[in-house]
Order: sequence, then structure tokens, then C-alpha cells
Amino acid sequence: MSMSKPMPEPGREPPLADKRRNEVLRRSLSVGVATGAYATSFGALSVASGLDLWQTVALSALLFTGGSQFALVGIIASGGSGAAAVATSTLLGARNGLYGLQMSRLLGVSGWSRLAAAQLTIDESTAVGVAQPERSAQRLGFWTTGLAVFAFWNILTIAGAVLGNALGDPKVFGLDAVAPAAFCGLLWPRLKSGETRAVAVVSAAIALVVAPHAPAGIPVLLAAVAAIVAGLLPPRDGPAAP
Amino acid sequence: MTLWTTVLLASGLAFALKLAGYVVPHHLLDGPRLSRVASMLPVALLSALVVVQTLTGSGGALTLDARAAGVAVAVTALLLRAPFLVVVILAAATAAALRAFGWG
Repeated sequence: MSMSKPMPEPGREPPLADKRRNEVLRRSLSVGVATGAYATSFGALSVASGLDLWQTVALSALLFTGGSQFALVGIIASGGSGAAAVATSTLLGARNGLYGLQMSRLLGVSGWSRLAAAQLTIDESTAVGVAQPERSAQRLGFWTTGLAVFAFWNILTIAGAVLGNALGDPKVFGLDAVAPAAFCGLLWPRLKSGETRAVAVVSAAIALVVAPHAPAGIPVLLAAVAAIVAGLLPPRDGPAAP
Repeated sequence: MTLWTTVLLASGLAFALKLAGYVVPHHLLDGPRLSRVASMLPVALLSALVVVQTLTGSGGALTLDARAAGVAVAVTALLLRAPFLVVVILAAATAAALRAFGWG
């Protein structure tokens, strides 16, 4: 896949074949359902932490970043201050801004659609978007995954908040292994490039070494160093790679 | 800080950060090198995220549990060219089965 080619004029890329469009839609929907399933756990935890139903609903609709949401209610549950909860939530959400740098270039959005794209910029929508080889599939994948996760995440947050733990611990169903496995599957095709593989391995190593010693959010942010170094080095696989 | 202040302040800051990536003018990132950095960023951050989600517990301590086994099975399935949904279902089933037997 060539990400470093100049961006085509908006609307100039060829439309997706039906087969590819269906593939992208299926992928987006499955990521949306799998991610949304975890929101039942968030809804239950949030209410158990002392937030009311509307505060819980507001977090899923407005904050809309799973890691930040779980950290925020976790800190409140353990008696931490609001300032500490906001700080940790913000640190965990900072990576979305770095995703935005690339998604902004791929999506070519402005005005209201730029605000909507920003709100939907999370791990899942970015991962499905950048995993697609064609520009039109990148856009379709980002938007449909973002909207599918938003819909399922918010509906199932309410279900979890109202029904509490009646829905069961998602760990019993192995749902906590789903997100990392899905990201592996989404990144997989891009790892054919040796350079991308090197970035992935170095990033993983950075996170592994830093995680025990740094506040939540920092290990993932520091992995950006691998992308910066790889990008600034002269390309190894020729000018059009990766 | 009231709970509502906490909720709305965190939400506002999260949105500001999300939007920050979109307001950087494109021409700043159009050079060949910064363009490569931007395209590598999602790969780097998501790879690190996989490690954090798979191998760390509370406080960031390294932990080997049912999640790691599930993701190891997922990677094996990817090496064997299994379809995406099979990969994800195998990961969940592995973690669930191990927990049902009392491990992790």
C-alpha cells in the first residue's frame, strides 16, 4: 500500500466494487459489535462507581473513548479526585489526536463533517480505515466503523447501566482478548512491508518496557517515537513505500 | 469538582485533542518525510496498544493471563491465513475456555 503518494483530488478516486464495499461494511460492523459489547461492562461499572445514568450516558456519547471512560470512572470509584480523573482520561485520549493527523489527510473533511470525524476518531475507526488499500475504502471503513462503534457503544452503555452486572462479566466470554486480537488482524496486511513490521515491533517493545514505569497512556504515546524515527530516516524500500 | 464538571471537562478535553489532529494544515505534513511519519503513526500506536491491552494489568504491571493466550492463538490463526472473524472468535474462545478452567 502506498500511503505517501500525493492525495488524489476529492471525488476523483474510482468507486469501490460491490465486493470490496461489502467486505469493508462487514468488517466495520463486526468491529462495531465486538467493541460495543464491552460497553455493557462500562455502563455497569460507571453506575457502580457513583455516577448516575445521565452522567454515564454523557461519557459514552461525549467522551467516547473506551480507555479514557474506564479510567475516569475507575479513579472516581477508588475515591480519586476529579482532577486526577480528568488528567488520566486526557492522557489516555491524547493518541486520538495523533490518529487525527493521518485520518485528516485520508478523509479530506471540512466544516461539520470535520467535527464529526474528530469525534469518531478512536482506535477502532482508525485501525479499520488505515487497514484498507484504496482511498475510498479507507474513508468508508473509518466512517462506518466509527458510526457502528458509536451506535453499539452508546446503546449497550445504557443496557449495562440499567441492568448492571446481570449481563455478566465480559471477561467470562473472553471479550477482553477481542480488541487486541482485532487490532492484530487489522494491522496484519500492512505488516507485509518490512519497514512497517519494524515500526510495529519497536513500538510494541517500547510499550512493553515503559508500561510498568509510566502513568497510563504514556506507553502508547511514546511508541510514536518509532513512527517518527522510521519516517524521518531515508526510505529503505524505494520512494513509494510503504 | 462535581461529577458533572469532571464528566464535561474530560469530554471537552478529549474532543479538543481529537480535533487537534484535524486542524493541523495539510501542507505541513505533505513533505515526503512527515507524510511517512503520519502514515506510520497509527501502526506504531496500535501496536503499542495491543501490547498494553494484552500484557499489562493494573498499574501497568506485566501480566501473563488468558488474554495473552487468546492473542497468541489469534496471531497463529493469522499466520495460517484464517479470516478476520475466525481470528477474533478464536481469541475470545481461548480466553473464555482458559478462564472456565480456572486460569487467568
